Amino acid sequence: MEIIILEGTPKTPTVEFKPLEGYLLLRGRSIPENSIEFYKPLIDGLEAYNQNPQPTTNVDIQLEYFNTSSSKCVLDVLKKLEVINGNSKVTINWYYEEDDEDMLEAGEDYQAIINVPFKMVEVEE
Amino acid sequence: MENIHDFYTKMEDGNILLSFKGEVTSDLLTSILQIMESKMETLAEPPIIKKKVYNILVECLQNLYHHLENDDLATPMNEKSALFMIKKQDDEYSIMTGNYIMNENVPSMKNRLDTINSMDTLQLKTYYKEVLNNGEMSTKGGGGLGMIDIARKSGKKLEYRFDKVDNKFSFFSLNVKVTKKTKEEKENV
Repeated sequence: MEIIILEGTPKTPTVEFKPLEGYLLLRGRSIPENSIEFYKPLIDGLEAYNQNPQPTTNVDIQLEYFNTSSSKCVLDVLKKLEVINGNSKVTINWYYEEDDEDMLEAGEDYQAIINVPFKMVEVEE
Repeated sequence: MENIHDFYTKMEDGNILLSFKGEVTSDLLTSILQIMESKMETLAEPPIIKKKVYNILVECLQNLYHHLENDDLATPMNEKSALFMIKKQDDEYSIMTGNYIMNENVPSMKNRLDTINSMDTLQLKTYYKEVLNNGEMSTKGGGGLGMIDIARKSGKKLEYRFDKVDNKFSFFSLNVKVTKKTKEEKENV
């Protein structure tokens, strides 16, 4: 299984997907014009990971901004994690900066759709 | 020679922070977002306002970008250009965009905006989740969420108008306002 490490850019987030550690991180900004292209390798990677996942899978989502084009892709990532949750114990930590009610609400919106418990983590600005 | 001072005065009196007219490219988007971010930093805006304005700006600019991309074939060069302006008056930001739209697309666009404007905060949240979860995704990843998100983040009705240009095109103007929510508004949510 392939590790995915991508450094963040002004329009795309830092991505760390370490299948052997059962760990996924998305951090920073996700505002590319074409988000499908950006997220495809990660979604494929998660699909492959589900063939032989670790007993536990930890996910940190720490996005500062994301556009609506990314919001669909983030949902696709979460839907993959929902499937993985059948074979591995998945924990999703959704980080939001204190006072960022929009980001908290975005997490709650996903939580309402995805059948995996979210942990809402408030961080200082 | 045109009177440049007139232009300047109009922008100054209109409290325009930034304006652009022309073709919207990906690089341009990146630059404008960077400029606006540092401007808001200089203005020492509270993080909550900075984030809202930034988010709405991203959606509005990407709407223009994708719109122009989609209309590529149908639209003559001079009509591919768009306008946007960012205004700050007292504590209110206005993000204004203008672009050409084909007349045949006006009714469906107007219908979408009216639907969004008829909804309250809770209805918008439900609608957003519905489109997010069930909506068809366009090849570019859009999929009709942009305007709903803009309305949610702004917390105000979307102001818009269509001005007919000729028998093929209309000009679509959108004005999105952002202010810091008052305590009252927060409690009503």
